[in-house]
Amino acid sequence: MTTRTPPFATAIPTTDEDPFSQEVLADPLPFQHRLREAGEVVLLERYGVFAMGRYETVRAALLDWQGFESSVGVGITDFRSEAPWRPPSLLLEADPPHHDAPRSVLEKILGPRELRELAPRWQADAEGLVDEVLGQGLEFDAVEAFAEAFPLRVFPDAVGIPAEGREHLLPYGDHLFNSFGPENFLVQHGAPHIGEHSAWVNAQCLRDRLSPGGFGSGIWAAADRGDLTAAQAPLVVRSLLSAGVDTTVHAIGAVLHAFATHPEAWAQLRSQPGLARVAFDEAIRLEAPVQTFFRTTTRDIELGGVRIPARSKILMFLGSANSDPRRWTDPERFDLSRDPSGHVGFGMGIHQCVGQHVARLEATSLITALARRVASVQLIGTPERHLNNTLRAWKRMPMRVELA
Amino acid sequence: MALIETGDDVLVVAAKTKVADDVVSLVLQRRDGGRLPDWTPGAHLDLVLPDGTTRQYSLHGDPREAAAYRIAVLREAEGSGGSRYVHDELREGDLVRFGGPRNNFRLTPAPAFAFVAGGIGITPMLPMLRAASLLGSDWRLLYLGRSRSRMAFVDELAGYGDRVTVRASDEVGPTDIRSWLESGPDAAAPAETKFYACGPTRLIEAISELAAERRPGWTRVERFAAADRGEPARTTAFDVDVIGTGRSIRVVPGVPVADALRSAGFDLLTSCSRGVCGTCETRVVAGVPDHRDSILDDAERVDGTCFFPCVSRAKSDRLVISL
Repeated sequence: MTTRTPPFATAIPTTDEDPFSQEVLADPLPFQHRLREAGEVVLLERYGVFAMGRYETVRAALLDWQGFESSVGVGITDFRSEAPWRPPSLLLEADPPHHDAPRSVLEKILGPRELRELAPRWQADAEGLVDEVLGQGLEFDAVEAFAEAFPLRVFPDAVGIPAEGREHLLPYGDHLFNSFGPENFLVQHGAPHIGEHSAWVNAQCLRDRLSPGGFGSGIWAAADRGDLTAAQAPLVVRSLLSAGVDTTVHAIGAVLHAFATHPEAWAQLRSQPGLARVAFDEAIRLEAPVQTFFRTTTRDIELGGVRIPARSKILMFLGSANSDPRRWTDPERFDLSRDPSGHVGFGMGIHQCVGQHVARLEATSLITALARRVASVQLIGTPERHLNNTLRAWKRMPMRVELA
Repeated sequence: MALIETGDDVLVVAAKTKVADDVVSLVLQRRDGGRLPDWTPGAHLDLVLPDGTTRQYSLHGDPREAAAYRIAVLREAEGSGGSRYVHDELREGDLVRFGGPRNNFRLTPAPAFAFVAGGIGITPMLPMLRAASLLGSDWRLLYLGRSRSRMAFVDELAGYGDRVTVRASDEVGPTDIRSWLESGPDAAAPAETKFYACGPTRLIEAISELAAERRPGWTRVERFAAADRGEPARTTAFDVDVIGTGRSIRVVPGVPVADALRSAGFDLLTSCSRGVCGTCETRVVAGVPDHRDSILDDAERVDGTCFFPCVSRAKSDRLVISL
């Protein structure tokens, strides 16, 4: 990385590396290390946007919604100069006061108290899936068998969408998260089919598609009470289907990979099943299934001696913040004795993942069920990454378990 | 006076300004000037005074101001001392504690709003007006008071022009809220307009009568004083079962459910102890609650799944709750 002076007042660390290249997406850690060491704020020359990778800087910017807005898009596209590919999210791509009502409705529907009823059901579902998979053999692809299968088994039912067409969910989310990045090979790959996935997803958001008692009908009930407008309700349902599937799949992939590569942690979990929640958050810290989001400055902001002009896009590296040695001791270690609280894997501040309790419940149900039956977990081959401009994901994870 | 120690909930009184007769506005900040928890229009703060008194005050500043809370306090002659302390004792530079902010009076989206404020009830309206403008909604405000000199923020409201109607009863006599509601440009589509009101009990009661003719949920109110709910529905003891613990707690007449739970060793956080703030919200799994709070609306009361043990009791012999 180099330092250059104009056109900025202060010398600003600059890099021509491409964080959205195949090489960096496949293994972002070395790049993230260089980014953190280069400075608090670094100019990504190739895209003309800024980047931040240190924990304190990222955390402070995520909290400061007044200075770093979301409503012009949390991808590289600035909605003021370029039309978004779909109507913007009322949550992710909104600022107060527009953001307030949708957020408060979802906080209630997805809150820990509301989920208590789901917990025993999901525990039983998880045990059912574990029995099915282990009944077929002790070697499997953990991505397909568990990371994808479990969320797809329970989450769409919890939202209340019909069974038919659910195969659209993963590719829709995958393209959405690619679309926050530049129009590279990943976006080009997904673009030809996004129309059909999108049309299916949008159709599931309508009132008559959603079964009673689910999150989706809860959103429509909120509109009936006047907490949302009827025009907002389908877009809020869309947020569940957009941000609630791929993210959880990759989070579960992350925790399974962490256990497969840290046998002592699996033994620890087996002796203290209550550690399932810590394990999940520690895996989110370590892997950060959502690696990055953009924000846009609302005014000139001075950071680390650098002046970022108003209306600049800034790429926040959540994964990099979560492995910043300034904040975390031995950040690359999956450590169940660590307190992962404060990680920014779910974001921070008013946009912090509103579905995190759902994701945590899904993941802990599954790993608790696995821990009851499985004595040890190991990889039997090199796992393969699935590349995405925003998500850190596994495509295949060959695994062998030993029964307890 | 007890010395306030360090903590994340300590604020310094950065400014204390008289904004009307018997009304002072406080600007509260962290000692290091750092960010405060975010809030939304309609939210209130628990202010914990150095003598330990806790009172709820609506935030009247702008949520975009990240490092300050603004509240306005009316001197209440019949109050229990909190407002008197703020007026007579509290000085700039003093330390207080805070809880929250929490919001039981949320601004929900609508194409048009009709706001009615009575006296100090103007405070939660100020951020709502700004938000309604930012949302692009049409809105009107009716601000009622006894006399202009006692009505805070009238000057600030002048900037909104004829959207705002200020009426002091010592100048113009009583105001008919119904005719104001039915006279505006939004009156043609009353089903779309949301109606928000904040003020003393008698104003809220007048509004509630009008609300009964309207779509449920399209009228939202906040009262300062707890509503008088009359005598409890039963005069005999009842049992509260705490789900998941296998324990059943006997609650005798005169003892709040929250106190009974705490005496039995349950960890339960309460704040206002008057059924106003919502801190102790608890879930009802079975049994019929005797709702005595001022938070739940009629639909939520009938629903019966949410319960505030600081004031609410049971109609049934047994109430099963989840803490």
